[in-house]
Amino acid sequence: MGAPGNKVALYLKRRARWSPLEIAFWFFAFATIWLFPGKYLILKDTAILALFALSLDLILGYAGIISLGQAAFFGLAGYFAGLVAKHGIITEPVIALVCAGFLAALLGFITSFLVLRGSDLTRLMVTLGVSLMLGELANRYSDITGGADGLQGVEIEPIFGRFRFDLFGHNGYVYCLIVLFVCFVIVRRIVYSPFGLSLRSIKGNTLRAAAIGVPVKWRLVSIYTVSAGVAGIAGALLTQTTAFCSLDVFSLERSADLLLVLIIGGTGYLYGGLIGAVIYKFLQDWIANLTPQYWQFWIGLVLVVIVLIGRERMSGWIGSVRALLARLATRFFPRSLALRSASPEGH
Amino acid sequence: MPILQTIGLEKRFGGILAAQNVNLAVEPGARHALIGPNGAGKTTVINLLTGVLRPTSGRIELEGRDITGLLPHQRVRLGMARTFQINQLFLDLTPLESIGLVISERLSTGADWWRLVGSKSAVTDEIVEIVERFRLGDVMHERTAILPYGKQRLLEIALAFACRPRVLLLDEPAAGVPEAERHELLATIEALPKDVTVLLIEHDMDLVFSFAQRISVLVNGALFVDGAPDEVARDPRVKAVYLGEELDA
Amino acid sequence: MLTILYDGIAYGMLLFVLACGLSVTLGLMNFINLAHGAFAMAGGYCTVILVNRLGIPFALGLPIAFLFTALLGGFFERTLYVHVYSRSHLDQVLFTIGLVFMSVAAVDYAMGSSQQFVQIPEALQGQFEVAGIGMGKYRLLIIVICGLLTIALQLTLAKTRFGSRLRAAVDDQRVARGLGINVGAVFGITFAFGSGLAGLGGALGAEILGLDPTFPLKYMIYFLIVVTVGGTSSITGPFFASILLGIADVSGKYYVPKLGAFVIYAVMIVVLIWRPQGLFARGAAR
Repeated sequence: MGAPGNKVALYLKRRARWSPLEIAFWFFAFATIWLFPGKYLILKDTAILALFALSLDLILGYAGIISLGQAAFFGLAGYFAGLVAKHGIITEPVIALVCAGFLAALLGFITSFLVLRGSDLTRLMVTLGVSLMLGELANRYSDITGGADGLQGVEIEPIFGRFRFDLFGHNGYVYCLIVLFVCFVIVRRIVYSPFGLSLRSIKGNTLRAAAIGVPVKWRLVSIYTVSAGVAGIAGALLTQTTAFCSLDVFSLERSADLLLVLIIGGTGYLYGGLIGAVIYKFLQDWIANLTPQYWQFWIGLVLVVIVLIGRERMSGWIGSVRALLARLATRFFPRSLALRSASPEGH
Repeated sequence: MPILQTIGLEKRFGGILAAQNVNLAVEPGARHALIGPNGAGKTTVINLLTGVLRPTSGRIELEGRDITGLLPHQRVRLGMARTFQINQLFLDLTPLESIGLVISERLSTGADWWRLVGSKSAVTDEIVEIVERFRLGDVMHERTAILPYGKQRLLEIALAFACRPRVLLLDEPAAGVPEAERHELLATIEALPKDVTVLLIEHDMDLVFSFAQRISVLVNGALFVDGAPDEVARDPRVKAVYLGEELDA
Repeated sequence: MLTILYDGIAYGMLLFVLACGLSVTLGLMNFINLAHGAFAMAGGYCTVILVNRLGIPFALGLPIAFLFTALLGGFFERTLYVHVYSRSHLDQVLFTIGLVFMSVAAVDYAMGSSQQFVQIPEALQGQFEVAGIGMGKYRLLIIVICGLLTIALQLTLAKTRFGSRLRAAVDDQRVARGLGINVGAVFGITFAFGSGLAGLGGALGAEILGLDPTFPLKYMIYFLIVVTVGGTSSITGPFFASILLGIADVSGKYYVPKLGAFVIYAVMIVVLIWRPQGLFARGAAR
């Protein structure tokens, strides 16, 4: 109504607008389909890892929940997607994907009440315990899940009846990339909404959040459920594009690698998981080529070094790189002014 | 009928009785101050009133309704908001975002995950109004963490005010505010609308006596004296408590 | 069935010796050390080398393993851990997971990935038959050693000056410092001792738990369960939690073999739902 009110509204809305950097990022991401035709398999793995990391960023970067158990949702949805395809219960992959996501979200909802109680350590243990427990269950019912050998005989139908998953992985990669983009758009919308703002307030000062009327517990339950669903979609994607699922989807290593991805990329600005996944995959590939057997050692070393350097200093460096890029961007696109500095950051 | 009252409110921490048989009655529209020496239990009373602590026994009523069992955020929705003695702010958000958050929670769009922040004009108009009232216009786009203390203190009150409470509990608003920034703070408190009931905890006697229409004195967790400012000022027992003089037998 | 109880108790006491260092570390410095299992592994491999390759008697191998791991723990504490004390829990988790990965890979490289067995002296092999219960001799040794250790620990904590300094520092670090207690030294010694105990547990447990480079990863969750369920404010808490979990795990694996460790995880989750601060914790959690 009033002019100042309009100014404020414009300012807030402009922050949520897609910046030129973001547009460039996704343009390049889709361009990789044509730029790197021989590398579809590793690109697809990267996309899935990015989506998985995005799910953890939602709860870690925006709500402050430390979890070692995203693998539970990843694995549950993965096995679901494999089993419904194998037994012909749901043949259309996209429908199976969505159902798998909902199943994972349901598990997230149920376990969220456990996760909200107790201290950091309790949360760590409960989240880890749930995913290891699911792993044991999958092992127990090996006649259904294939146990240690993995789920065999999974055949995935073509998407929409038209796009078959080919050997080179082209359709698989495009599928993953589109799913990643769609999920990202939804998550981005959530984060820039009043709900997202309330999450950041909970992370920043839970006491005050409650004191201004935020129903803290229910918000955390909601975001944990959404995050579980996203993790589940990532897991289902993996099964659908590899036609295989095995017990290691529930492992501690998978959850720990995820933390590493987010540490590399940074949390609280949505692109941390994506960028971190790219860097991680690159590192992994490079180190595995150097020392195929002992790459775990180098990953461990990277973790130790990163912590010793300090995440603040690292996000400081990342911050200055981003600020530099933003300045370059405003040189070329003068209209999208200094609002980049007001992005939701929560390092 | 009092807008806020406590009946026999008591809080025990192990062997310590932090609040005993507190019967506090705050009238609608009042400017009520709660004073007392350090450690008297004033912040405990506020924490009990707002639901941060559960009473060992006793009742709390807001506008005649029993709120003793309600969680903090539920009490806010019923019209009671507070500030904290030590600033409890959202350091990574700007004042604009913080105030916007409070308003949007109040208008029940807080759970809205699809709309973008800033798309409701009701919210943005009100943000502007509150920012002006609390003189935060020049800093509204800065991160809260880097604001000067006086502005942070103003924001602290602004957040509680943005809840549009019927009862506003201020916990030592002037604490730690440097002399130069005090005037702005005091003027802002004076200018609060008359339909908002204010319960003020303070040590600063100038502020208390210039602001309050009614004063309650809390000593060792118990309500000691309760009345108009000049009565309380003249009461020898109050002087004894504050100055340590011996009570008359 | 009583054999299972016996085995469960032995297993539980072993778990306790392995985990109590972790419990004290967490309670004392609020530090989540996921690499604790790596010290146990170090003790195990140390004993393997001493007994199998160098022919040192088993009875001597155990205390040497303890000393070796204690020194190792002290060294790492002063050089690495001390830099991360003040960090967030997330950082501590990441740091110690990184150390675990490094140790697992390093041991794999140095000693190979197959399981190692300690050559136990003749006298400890086989079992007694007492009133129809098959009591393994080796497990008896474990129960005796761990039992003595537990009593010694409890006495140290309760009766000695160091013990009271430690308890004070766990209770309230700042006040303890204010009283002149050298919290840094207390912690260094305690960390070293706890790591030594872990090493001893690893040496004792090689026979029962299986020793290979993935030991820290496999058993980390067990130690954490003991600490989470038992709480960090006493010795008795983790002790009873260990016994409970030892019995639960052994019976679970015997009666429902395919579910394996499912029973333990379920027990842990149930306990944490009921008491988020752990079964035996007193006072506020951090």
